[in-house]
Amino acid sequence: MTALFFFVFIAFSLGVTYVAARRTHSAAHFYTAGGRVTGLQNGLALAGDYMSAASFLGIAGLVALSGFDGLIYSIGFLVGWPVVMFLIAEPLRNLGKYTFADVVAFRLRQAPVRVAAAIGSLAVVSFYLIAQMVGAGNLIRLLFGLEYELAVMIVGAVMLAYVLFGGMMATTWVQIIKAVLLLSGAFLLAVMALSRFGFNPLALFRAAADQYGVAVLGPGRLVSNPFDAMSLGLALMLGTAGLPHILMRFYTVPDAKTARSSVSYATAFIGFFYLLTFILGFGAMVLVGQPAIRAIDAGGNMAAPLLAKAVGGDAFLGFISAVAFATILAVVAGLTLAGAATLSHDLWVNVVRHGDASELEQLRVARASTIVLGVLAIVLGIVFKGQNVAYMVGLAFAIAASANFPALLLSMFWRRFTTRAAQMSMLAGTASSLILIYLSPTIQIDILKNAAASFPLRNPGLVSIPLSFAVAIAVARLWPEPEAEARFAEVEHRVHAIPAPRS
Amino acid sequence: MTYADRLKQLDAARWRIAISLTAAMMLFYFGFILLVAYDKPLLGSLVVPGLSLGILLGAFVIVAAWVLIWIYVRWANKHYDTAIETLRGEQ
Repeated sequence: MTALFFFVFIAFSLGVTYVAARRTHSAAHFYTAGGRVTGLQNGLALAGDYMSAASFLGIAGLVALSGFDGLIYSIGFLVGWPVVMFLIAEPLRNLGKYTFADVVAFRLRQAPVRVAAAIGSLAVVSFYLIAQMVGAGNLIRLLFGLEYELAVMIVGAVMLAYVLFGGMMATTWVQIIKAVLLLSGAFLLAVMALSRFGFNPLALFRAAADQYGVAVLGPGRLVSNPFDAMSLGLALMLGTAGLPHILMRFYTVPDAKTARSSVSYATAFIGFFYLLTFILGFGAMVLVGQPAIRAIDAGGNMAAPLLAKAVGGDAFLGFISAVAFATILAVVAGLTLAGAATLSHDLWVNVVRHGDASELEQLRVARASTIVLGVLAIVLGIVFKGQNVAYMVGLAFAIAASANFPALLLSMFWRRFTTRAAQMSMLAGTASSLILIYLSPTIQIDILKNAAASFPLRNPGLVSIPLSFAVAIAVARLWPEPEAEARFAEVEHRVHAIPAPRS
Repeated sequence: MTYADRLKQLDAARWRIAISLTAAMMLFYFGFILLVAYDKPLLGSLVVPGLSLGILLGAFVIVAAWVLIWIYVRWANKHYDTAIETLRGEQ
């Protein structure tokens, strides 16, 4: 049954890719679907990119096993969206073309900025890809009993077919289909779980408190160190505004007003989905039971599929599992496309070719980059087998918030921002977050089995994000760049989509 | 006021609103996180049977995100878009 839903989804989405492929003839189509996506479509696609396996499987599992503590993640993942709306979406749409580096480099020297932006983006994409590939491998292994390595290769191959042939058009439609499936699947699952409790969420929470103690409704052990909580919170909040695959979606809509409406739709869908995770998590805790969830997977990642089986039998389990798989596949496709845009548009076209490359060459390099990244995703998925999915995503957010967000924000509204400041801030953000992750208790104590870690926080955000801002401001003050400052007038006009006056 | 002055004024207004709303979101969210970190018993206390203050405030943070976005979109659709249209027309 699971296999049936599974193959129906893959066949259907490959059909979409075939149609999209016939329309993908230029670099603009490959990267941005020609810029003709509507607000509602882009809202769904953004929601699709964002509601990854970590959200659906990870958070439901976390809530099922630790109650309220799991909800801290749901809420943290949502609050990044208002930041994207207020500070980033519209200026980004008006100032850039394919990648967020277009905006940072707008009035600065191209090569140094783009190289630094590419390093940061590729670090984010790699960490995010690891989380998705590991999730996919585990899911398929559990559902079909396939070898983990084989499962990772299948995901990589199908994803490559989407991106390679259909580009952004296919990736967007796969995202939209998946978002609709995930939202309706999660809603149906929540309604069926609630039907056992007279459709009253409070009765469900009461049942959980009766069975496991009232402590499951309040904060517990997951957040023990306040600085850890602040660090994770800061990374989740500002990281969304630095994720390359999310930022890229704003170039698929025709104008800033549509970018605005797409964030409204996305936030509505994502918030609704995270409210559902309250029901799904506690529903699994009561209806499936913690011992049964732990018995299948110690991390609790199978809580939502098990809940589906408990309330709707094998057919519903098949449907929900196929949805979870579709989720991972679509997110991997979005990430790969964003990585390919960085390699080909930022590095090849703008640094190697100095902005002068034919359409055909751009498209060819973009597809070659896609293959490189697809193979990389498969290799990373196999190497990092057994890592905690939600944790890896948290790290990707921390790198995004430290490497990309400060430079992007300052380039749009600080007149005195300079090339060297952008470059140093992005490099400092990437390097400091990676080094602090390596020195954190997770790597030093949990993985390397050392007695102590030299950096106390599990998430580097609290240190690396302020550091990246401080480096940017200090460097710009020490080495001013009058040409960049002079060109800021152009930014001030273009940020509102008003053509700059000729000087 | 000259064209350049009015563009500057509108630009400043947009950033002012963007930064205030971002600050409001941060205040709600970090207020919630600090309560989680420093006053666990308070968030664990029950408002009504089955509903802890923590779950209620958590849902409130999600609703607050929606409301802040609604405030921004209303301002942008009503004031910002019209002002930009006028400026564009003058150029």
